[in-house]
Amino acid sequence: MIKAPERSGAFFFPPAWASALRMELIVENLSCARGGVIVLEGVSFRLAAGRALVLRGPNGAGKTTLLRTIAGLQHAAGGTISLPPDTIAYAAHADGLKPTLTVAENLTFWARIYGRGIGDTLDRMNLAGLADRPAMNLSAGQKRRLGLARLLVAGRPVWLLDEPTVSLDTEAVALFASVTRDHLAAGGMALIATHIDLGLETEVLDLSAFRARPRIAGGFDEAFA
Amino acid sequence: MIALLLRDLRLAVRAGGGFGLGLAFFLLVAVLVPLGIGPEPSLLARIAPGILWVGALLACLLSLDRIFALDREDGSLDLLATSPIPMEGVVAVKALAHWLVTGLPLALAAPGLAVMLQLPGGHGWLAISLALGTPALSMIGTFGAALTVGLKRGGLLLSLLVLPLYVPTLIFGAEVARRGAMGMELGTPLALLAAITGGTLALLPFAAALAVRINLR
Amino acid sequence: MSIWEYANPKKFMQTSGRLLPWATGLAAAALLIGLIWGFFLTPDDYRQGSTVKIIFLHVPAALMAINAWLMMLVCSLIWLIRRHHVSALAAKAAAPIGLTMTVIALVTGAIWGQPMWGTWWAWDPRLTSFLILFLFYLGYIALWSAIDDPDTAADLTSVLCMVGSVFALLSRYAVNFWNQGLHQGASLSMDKKENISDVFWLPLLVCITGFVLLFVALVLLRTRTEIRARRLAALLARERMA
Repeated sequence: MIKAPERSGAFFFPPAWASALRMELIVENLSCARGGVIVLEGVSFRLAAGRALVLRGPNGAGKTTLLRTIAGLQHAAGGTISLPPDTIAYAAHADGLKPTLTVAENLTFWARIYGRGIGDTLDRMNLAGLADRPAMNLSAGQKRRLGLARLLVAGRPVWLLDEPTVSLDTEAVALFASVTRDHLAAGGMALIATHIDLGLETEVLDLSAFRARPRIAGGFDEAFA
Repeated sequence: MIALLLRDLRLAVRAGGGFGLGLAFFLLVAVLVPLGIGPEPSLLARIAPGILWVGALLACLLSLDRIFALDREDGSLDLLATSPIPMEGVVAVKALAHWLVTGLPLALAAPGLAVMLQLPGGHGWLAISLALGTPALSMIGTFGAALTVGLKRGGLLLSLLVLPLYVPTLIFGAEVARRGAMGMELGTPLALLAAITGGTLALLPFAAALAVRINLR
Repeated sequence: MSIWEYANPKKFMQTSGRLLPWATGLAAAALLIGLIWGFFLTPDDYRQGSTVKIIFLHVPAALMAINAWLMMLVCSLIWLIRRHHVSALAAKAAAPIGLTMTVIALVTGAIWGQPMWGTWWAWDPRLTSFLILFLFYLGYIALWSAIDDPDTAADLTSVLCMVGSVFALLSRYAVNFWNQGLHQGASLSMDKKENISDVFWLPLLVCITGFVLLFVALVLLRTRTEIRARRLAALLARERMA
């Protein structure tokens, strides 16, 4: 079920990516529901390998809902997503860190879940000096960096990032932007919900255009009301 | 999946992980029962298998709500759901970790407590019945925890859901221990206990995984 | 016309609205006839005296307690497979009725048991099984009421109902095994098939019919209430969003 941890130098080109380089994330006419209420409909966009797309929209516009739907955590209320969830690494608001485990242990755990090793990820995320510190003693920004480091060890071509820069300082934002740039340069894709300019060359998709007419998902309550 | 198992075990033994709480509770039950019903050896000997089985069952119940709640809070459960490991595997590993941390120590400690409770013999059978039955308790409990993972205060509801499901395991498990203590033939209940554990381990991961996925939606 | 058309809430409301008065009326008539016949027009049993007549409440209630769970299981499966909301709501509606039937069976059993066995409660396999069934109903209802989102609640309770059915069945046989050789047999057994005479059998049949109809009427009524509650929630949600 899990491939042997890969510790080769070709950290950014795991075999599974061979086809990913020609991949394209195509979302067509997608409808998403939150708490049984349709919030987005008719969402369509294409994201080619090496490209990033920034999602904009006011609070409650459905950015998180869209990302969770594409990640496969909830069913789409309609429409299609071209890539299966196992090409996707999702970074949510919560980082999935265990306070009693050290930085290295936390990251190694996630790497092994994806059947890989951690390579030089701690260095790249500027966490090497903290490797043996329990995650509970990290600052909010350090935790966030560790949470984002998980994306690097996941080895998946599509990154879904939900407000990745929350609690990061300017330096860390720049670091994260450069890591994302490397990812894109290697043929990856990124779908980012953020309000901060990461300095990446990206297209912008404003979700307020897809706001749904108020109705209940599934059509059942509709039949009643 | 081994990584997940190792992580859960490591979390359990680190500070605040709750390892040993179930065992301490089990010990307390064995101490409190004689205080409650009197020290008469023949009476204690008669009820010892049942008391130890009920005690083990309640000790298992104590830590059930931790199985998914912590992973849900810190986002790990979402991330695990998008990981290459199927949810059925995650659930089975969680149950295994719970058993290694709770059920197995209980089974190992039971013969010692049985001596305190004046059990005349069959200590081995008691340990075997617990070792064979507690995996089912952990798996059923994991299913209950999966049903209630979305709830803020699911602890009490979890007990209400899980305890009726524990009935068959308890009956056959305690029967094995009782017959073992009295030196009676115990093949039938032992086989039935093994069948329940086997069936539970084979089927409930699917139901529990379904419940977790529904709750994550 | 397919039976699934009744899964449409509007269609269900129409049809059930027409059926409900009939089911209610027939249930009342059958219960009235059955209970009066049973209580006043049958002879006292030569051994049990007049206490035997509680059978006309006890047996139908016990039957419906089990059948209600079966109905919930079928409805849960229909919901999980075909996602018909009415089915899920019918299962939800049936649970408290099943619980009540279980309680009636337990209480009438205790009232019957006291003069017959000299005790209100014995750990007889059947009594114990019903107590366990009671706990299953409690858990099921508690889970429904604990979850806010109606679809999530329907999904999870359906899964619980499926797993619970297997374990309820297992418990039934486990309890039989557990009690083996500990208890007197036929004298305490509630299985009176072998010595129940036609004088009792016919009014009992009427009473059972009455309980079935009562159950149908109550489930229809409660399902209609649930559907109306959903409609209300939908209207409120629409108002909030508009």
